[in-house]
Amino acid sequence: MATAAIGSAIKRKEDPRFITGTGNYLDDIRLPGTVHAAVLRSPYAHATIRSIDTSAAAAMPGVLGVFTGRDLEGELNPLPCAWAAGGNAGGIQNNLNTPRVLATDDVKWTGEGVAVVVAETREQAVDALEAIDVDYGPLPTVVDAEKATQPGAPQLHENAPNNICFTWRVGDEKATASALKGSHVVVKQRLVNQRLIPNPMDTRGAIGRYDPGTEEYTIWMTSQTPHIMRLLLAAFVMGVPEQKIRVIAPDVGGAFGTKIFLYADMALVLWLSRKLGGRPVKFYETRRENYQATTHGRDHITYLEVGATKDGEVTGLRVKTYANLGGRLSTIGPGIPTTLYGRVLAGCYKIPNVYCEVTGVYTNTTFVDAYRGAGRPEATYVLERAMDLVADELKLDPAEVRRRNFIPADAFPYRPPDGLLRSWNGAEIEVDSGNYEPALDLALKNVGYADIGAARELAERRGKYLGVGLSSYLEVCGVAPSKWIGLVGEGWGAAMWESANIRVHLTGRAVLTIGTSSHGQGHETTMAQVVADALGLSVDDVLVKHSDTQGTPFGYGTYGSRSAAVGSIAALKAAEKIVAKGKRLAAHMLEAAPEDIEFESGKFFVKGSPDRSKTIHEVALAAHVGYDLPEGMEPYLDETAYYDTPNCTFPFGTHVAVVEVDKETGQVDLVRYVAVDDVGKKINPLIVDGQLHGGIAQGVGQALWEGAIYDDTGQLLSGSMMDYALPRASWLPELELDETVTPSPVNPLGIKGVGEAGTIASTPAVVNAVIDALSPLGIRHVDMPLTAQTVWRAMQAAGKEASA
Amino acid sequence: MTEQVAVVVNGIPRTADVEPRRLLVQLLREDFALTGTHVGCDTSQCGACTVLVDGRAVKSCSMLAVQADGSAITTIEGLAPDGGLHPLQQAFWDKHGLQCGYCTPGMIMTAADLLSTNDDPSDAEIRHALEGNFCRCTGYQNIVTAIREAAATMRHPAQVQASAETAR
Amino acid sequence: MIPAAFGYSRPASLDEAFRILREHGDTAKILAGGQSLLPLLKLRVAHTEHLVDIGRLRELAFIREEAGGGITIGSLTTYREVLDSPLAAARAPLLVEAVQDIGDVQVRNRGTVGGSLAHADPASDLPAVALALDAQIVAISGRGERLINITDYFTGSFETVLQHHELLASIRFPALPQGAGTAYRILPQPASGYSIIGCAAVIARSGGKISYARVALTGASDVAYRATAVEDGLVGTDGSAKAIAAAAAHATSNRMVTSDIHADRQYRAQMAQVFARRTVEAALARSA
Repeated sequence: MATAAIGSAIKRKEDPRFITGTGNYLDDIRLPGTVHAAVLRSPYAHATIRSIDTSAAAAMPGVLGVFTGRDLEGELNPLPCAWAAGGNAGGIQNNLNTPRVLATDDVKWTGEGVAVVVAETREQAVDALEAIDVDYGPLPTVVDAEKATQPGAPQLHENAPNNICFTWRVGDEKATASALKGSHVVVKQRLVNQRLIPNPMDTRGAIGRYDPGTEEYTIWMTSQTPHIMRLLLAAFVMGVPEQKIRVIAPDVGGAFGTKIFLYADMALVLWLSRKLGGRPVKFYETRRENYQATTHGRDHITYLEVGATKDGEVTGLRVKTYANLGGRLSTIGPGIPTTLYGRVLAGCYKIPNVYCEVTGVYTNTTFVDAYRGAGRPEATYVLERAMDLVADELKLDPAEVRRRNFIPADAFPYRPPDGLLRSWNGAEIEVDSGNYEPALDLALKNVGYADIGAARELAERRGKYLGVGLSSYLEVCGVAPSKWIGLVGEGWGAAMWESANIRVHLTGRAVLTIGTSSHGQGHETTMAQVVADALGLSVDDVLVKHSDTQGTPFGYGTYGSRSAAVGSIAALKAAEKIVAKGKRLAAHMLEAAPEDIEFESGKFFVKGSPDRSKTIHEVALAAHVGYDLPEGMEPYLDETAYYDTPNCTFPFGTHVAVVEVDKETGQVDLVRYVAVDDVGKKINPLIVDGQLHGGIAQGVGQALWEGAIYDDTGQLLSGSMMDYALPRASWLPELELDETVTPSPVNPLGIKGVGEAGTIASTPAVVNAVIDALSPLGIRHVDMPLTAQTVWRAMQAAGKEASA
Repeated sequence: MTEQVAVVVNGIPRTADVEPRRLLVQLLREDFALTGTHVGCDTSQCGACTVLVDGRAVKSCSMLAVQADGSAITTIEGLAPDGGLHPLQQAFWDKHGLQCGYCTPGMIMTAADLLSTNDDPSDAEIRHALEGNFCRCTGYQNIVTAIREAAATMRHPAQVQASAETAR
Repeated sequence: MIPAAFGYSRPASLDEAFRILREHGDTAKILAGGQSLLPLLKLRVAHTEHLVDIGRLRELAFIREEAGGGITIGSLTTYREVLDSPLAAARAPLLVEAVQDIGDVQVRNRGTVGGSLAHADPASDLPAVALALDAQIVAISGRGERLINITDYFTGSFETVLQHHELLASIRFPALPQGAGTAYRILPQPASGYSIIGCAAVIARSGGKISYARVALTGASDVAYRATAVEDGLVGTDGSAKAIAAAAAHATSNRMVTSDIHADRQYRAQMAQVFARRTVEAALARSA
C-alpha cells in the first residue's frame, strides 16, 4: 500500500517556477503589439464633473486615444452589484449605486476613474494623464459611516436618504431585549473595526485582446474568480455573449478578497482593444492606485451590549453596526457586513439570544468589500471583546468565561438560536462539529497561563505592562450550500457549488481541471494529493490546471475558505466517477461482474482474488484505445463532477497573545503568540501551517499597525506604504502552533478548511492582550490599531481620570 | 533623448538605449525580459524588486538604469548559474517559504546578500535583514526558517547532503 | 511609479560636475545614491528638469582619519561602507549606531551619508547625529571649498545653506571628548521607518559631574536641532536619573513641534522628552 498523499507535508508543485523567477504574473505577460492604458483618477472625494478637456492629452506623443465616461455611454453598462442587488428579498430594501466604468456626472471618492489614456508605452500613457483638464465642482464630503447617517450630513445619492443603502436585521429583537433586561450585568461598548487596505503584493491589472476575425475577447486578469468575471462582463457590463469572452487568471500574487470583484479596468481594456482593432491593451495598477481604487476591508462602527449572569454565562448579545460601503457598491459589498457577519455573531458560544442590526452606509471613500475573513473577523472581534468585557465586569478569568459559554461537545451538529444561521427562505446550516474546551486547554497549557503572573512581575521591573489575551474563534469555511446562499437578498442570487474535471490519459497520467482559482493557496499540490489518493496515482502524475475559463469547468472561484471544503470534494467526486467507470471496464477486461471489482491503491481487482487485477494505467490505456469496451461504454476516462456542499464547515480554536506595553511610550511588543487550531483533517499540514502563519500576521497587523486614514475632505492620508504600516519580519515573534483534530462530518475527507482562520482569530487575541496589560489603569477598551500613540493617549486619559 | 547602458546581467553582457528616467527594474523586466524581478510598490518599501548589483542587494525600483551602467547584476534567474537550484531556492521550496510567490525573488536576493557576509545568522539577524521586504502571505515564519536552513547548507554542504541521504 | 522625463548627466570629474551645475542652475537636482530622491520623483511629488548623477565621483567615497583623532567621511560613502568600516566604528560609534537602523539593507547599500545630509529630511537620522558630533560640512564648487558648521547648515525642512552650484563633498567629525559616551535612540514611524523622534547624545563626565553634553533631535520639528536647553541642564549635574529627567524636559523648548497622522504635537513633544532622557542615560552609561 502506497503512503497516502492526503495528510502528507508534500512540497508544493508550483514552487519551482516561483523560486526561479519563471512564474507568469499579469505584468509579466508580454503580448506582441501591446499598448498601455492609464486611468485618470479624481483628486476630489465628492464633486460634480463639469467638463473634461482631453485635447492636449490626445495630441501627446504615442497617445492612441483618450476617453471619458461620456464615450462609454451606450457601450458599457455600470458595474453590477451581485449581492442583495436592489431587490427586497429577505426583508432588505436596499438601493443600488454602483460605479460606472468611468464616472460621468460626479465622483464619490478620491481615486474614482474619470478618463483613460491608451498609448504605445506606459510612460506615454502616464505622461498624458497630466495633460487632461477636468473641471470639477467640489461638494461637501463625509467619510465616517455613523456621521453619514446623521441629519444634515452631505448626501451622496438621491435614492439613498441619509446615505443609507440598507438596514439589515437578524435574530430576535424582543427576546434579546428582555434577556438583557433580566441579566445580572449588562456591559456596553462602542467598537471601531477600522478600515484596512488589503495589500496583496501583486497589485491588480488586466490585459484585454479583441480578435476582430472571430469577434472573441480574451482577458488576462488578476482574479480569484475568472468564471464569475466572465459572466458579469458578458451579461451585465458588455452585453457580449458569454462564450465570446475567455478569462484567464495567470499566476496571481495574492488577493485576500480584493480580486474576487469586477473592476472598471477589466471592461476598459476589452473595450479599448476592440476600439484599437485588436491590439492588446494592458492596465496594471501602481501601489498608490491600488490604495485608492481597489477595495478596502472592514470599517465598522459597532455598539455592543452584552448581558451575563453573575457566573459569567452570557444571556444576550445586542449589536448595532454601521458598515461603511464606500461611495458606490463593489460586487458583493453588501454581503460582507450582513450574511457573513450578523449570522456568525454567536461564534462558538451557546448564547441564547442574539440580535443584530446593520446599517449599510455610503460615504466618500473607496468601496469596501471582502478582505480576508470578510465579516467573520468583524463578528469575532465583537464577540471576543464582549467576552473580555464580561470577565472584567464580573472579575472572572477570561478563560473561565469562555469555558462556561462554549457550545458543549455533545451538542453538535448545533443550530444557534433565533435562526441566526437560517436563510430567509428557511434553509438552515448548522455548526458541523466541534470540541472547544480541549483547544482552549491546550492553548492555555502551551502559553503557561497559570504562571503568567511571574512574567508580569519580570516585565514590570523593566518598565513594561505585560498582558495576555485570548480569542476563541469559530470560522466558517466551505462557503456555501447553494440553497442557503443562493437566494437573492441573502447572497449572490446565484449558486455556490464547485466543479472538477479529470482526464486520465493513455499513459495513466491525469489532468485535473478545477473551477477554483489558486493565488498562493497551493491548489496545484493539494488538489493533486486528493486525486492521487483517489486514483492510486503519484502526486507528480496529477497535473492541476485552473483559472482559464476555456478549459476548466465553471466554478465559483476561491474565497470564503471554500477551495478545500467544496472544491477538493468536487475533485474527489470526479475521481470517484473515474473509478466507477474503471470498475466496469476492469470487470470487462477481467471477465468478472462489475459489482465484484474492488479498487485500491491504483489497482482494480476481483473481490477475493487480488491477483486477478488491472492497474489504473492498464484500464486508462484500454479506455483510450477503445477497441474492446463493454457494450455502450464511451471511450476514455474523462469525468466531471459538480459538488454542492450540504453544509458549511466550522474550524475553531483558541489563540493566546502575550504583549508588553512600554509605560512611557505606549509601544506594544508582541512577545509570544500561541495558537491551537482545529481544522479537521488536513490535506497538507505544511500548507495548513502556512495559511495560519500568514493569516495570524494579517490579523496582528490590524490589531497593532494597519489602518486606512481619510481626512474630513476624503483625502486618503495613508496613501502609500510610507504611511500604511504592514507587518515586517522583525515585528513578529516565532508563532507557536498546535492543534486538535475534530473531523468534519460534512465531507468524506473530514476536512474543514483553514484559509481565513488565522486572521479571524488573531486580531482580538492581540487587542485583548493589550487591554489586559492596561487593565491596572482601569482601561477596558481602546480602538485599533493599537499604535504607540493610541496606547499612550489611553494611558494618559486613564491617568487623568485616576487623579481627577 | 536616450542613454546607452551596458551591464552584465547574470554573467551575460547586455546593452540597451534607455530614457534617463527608466528604472533598473524596467530595464530588467521590459528590455531584458527578466520578469522574475517584481514590482510591488512605488515608494521603495516592499523589496519585491530586490536584485544584486555588484553583489549587494538593491531595490531595482529605486535605481535608474543609467546608474547601473557598468555594473554586474544578478537576478533570481541567474542566482544558480548551472541551472540547478541555489541553496536558498532549495530551502524556500523545502520549508514552504512562499505562497503566492510574488515577494519570493526579492526575499531570496536579500537573503543572498545577508548570507554573503554572515554565514550563520540568528533568527533575529535574519528578521532584521528582511526589514526591507514585505510578504503578505507567510507571516515570514517559513521564510526565516528557510534562510536558516540555507545558511546551514552553505556552511556544511557535504554534511547536509549526507544527512539527507540517511533520511531517505 | 514612472517619474516625469528629465535630462541626465553623469560627470566623470568634479570639474565637469561644477560646469554642469552652473549650466543648469536651480533647474537641476543632484543624484547620489537616490534612495530619498528617486521615490519622490517616481510619485511625481518632486520634479526636476535635469538630474546630475555624481555617483561616479569615487573621490567622494572615503573614510579618512584626521590628525587629532577625528574622521572625515566622503559624501558618497554608503551607509553600508560606514557599517563595514572599523575606523568609523572606533571614531564615530554614534554614527555607526544610527546608520545600522537607517532604512533597510537595500537602502543602506545604496544610500549615502552626503545624500542624506543634502536632502535634509527633517525626520531622517543623520542630521541629529551630525549635530551631536559637532560635524562640519565641506562644500565644494568651482570656486573652491567652503566649511560650514553643522549648526549653521540646516535652514528648514529639506533646506540647507548649500548653493545650487555647490556639492556636499564630505563631512568632518572631530574627535570625541575624552571618555565620552554616545547613543542614538529612535521611536520609528512604523510604515516609513523614519523617526517620529530620533535623539543623538554625546556625554562626557569629569570628577563625578557631567562635563560635556551634546543632545540633538530629529523628527520633532521642521528641522533637526541641538537641544541646547537640555545640554545646559545636564552640564554640571551629577547625572542622576532625576537630573537627566529635569534636563530632558526641555527637549522641545522654543520649538514648533510637528504634528501628523502618526504622532500629534502632544505625543511627539512628550516622546522627545522620553527619548532625550533615555538617550542621555544610555550615553552616560557608556561614558568613562
